Amino acid sequence: MNIINFTPIESFTGGVFIGLAVAVLFLLRGNFAGISGIYYNLITFKKSGFLWRLFFIIGLIIGPIILKLFNYQDLGFEIPHTNILLIIIGGLLVGYGTQLGSGCTSGHGICGIGRLSFRSIAATFTFILTGIITVLLLRFLGFINL
Amino acid sequence: MKNIAIPIFVGILFGIGLTISGMTNPSKVIGFLNIFGKWDPSLIFVMGGAILISLPTFLILQKKISYPFFNKEDGFQKISFKNIDSSLLIGSGLFGIGWGMVGFCPGPSIASLSMLNENALIFFVSMSLGMLIKKLLN
Repeated sequence: MNIINFTPIESFTGGVFIGLAVAVLFLLRGNFAGISGIYYNLITFKKSGFLWRLFFIIGLIIGPIILKLFNYQDLGFEIPHTNILLIIIGGLLVGYGTQLGSGCTSGHGICGIGRLSFRSIAATFTFILTGIITVLLLRFLGFINL
Repeated sequence: MKNIAIPIFVGILFGIGLTISGMTNPSKVIGFLNIFGKWDPSLIFVMGGAILISLPTFLILQKKISYPFFNKEDGFQKISFKNIDSSLLIGSGLFGIGWGMVGFCPGPSIASLSMLNENALIFFVSMSLGMLIKKLLN
């Protein structure tokens, strides 16, 4: 096995921050921090809870800006290809799929697995599996070179 | 408190966590999914660190308090779904395909908006459209 770019300390630390965010929102306000659901209810103007969802999303955008103000050196930003069609189709699938499947990496992967929900464990297993197959196919077809 | 201060604080914490962990770098996510090639296992540590906190929160702390500290009126959010059904598996499967194609899931896509990167913005708009299409088809 060929391991590259491994950043266990940064990734674990970031993970703890994410876990704390999930814990604080739940213990103080009672909500699950499933981002696809929060964002979906915001852009479809679901009446009850509009305000807290808006401020959560604003905070999500501000967080990285605050890190930048402190000159924090993050782990970079790069999409491994610049194929616009792949980016558009990928975006549509992420948007549609997370709503059909009632959750994304945060809702199923962190909140759901944290509750030991069988649904979320099945969902997480499924999206990691199809993600692995997709990356394998993209490599095979020459879209990415990893 | 419950509608502005808590959610904006939690959002900031979440956005900082996504950035520090490397989840906002699509290359790292695709590197994690690339288990048959040059593999970047870091994402396991992101999930591990997060679940280390979320699991005792839901399984232990929730049982010790009867309602959320600043939201007694609404109480803890309840999950109505129970069974593993085809929508869950097909939706998650499609999400995984999109995730593998670009390396973005919803949280990092939103947290990356301040980068003002053209391709990241195109992804964000497409993702939002995908959600609205689901709403229209309902």
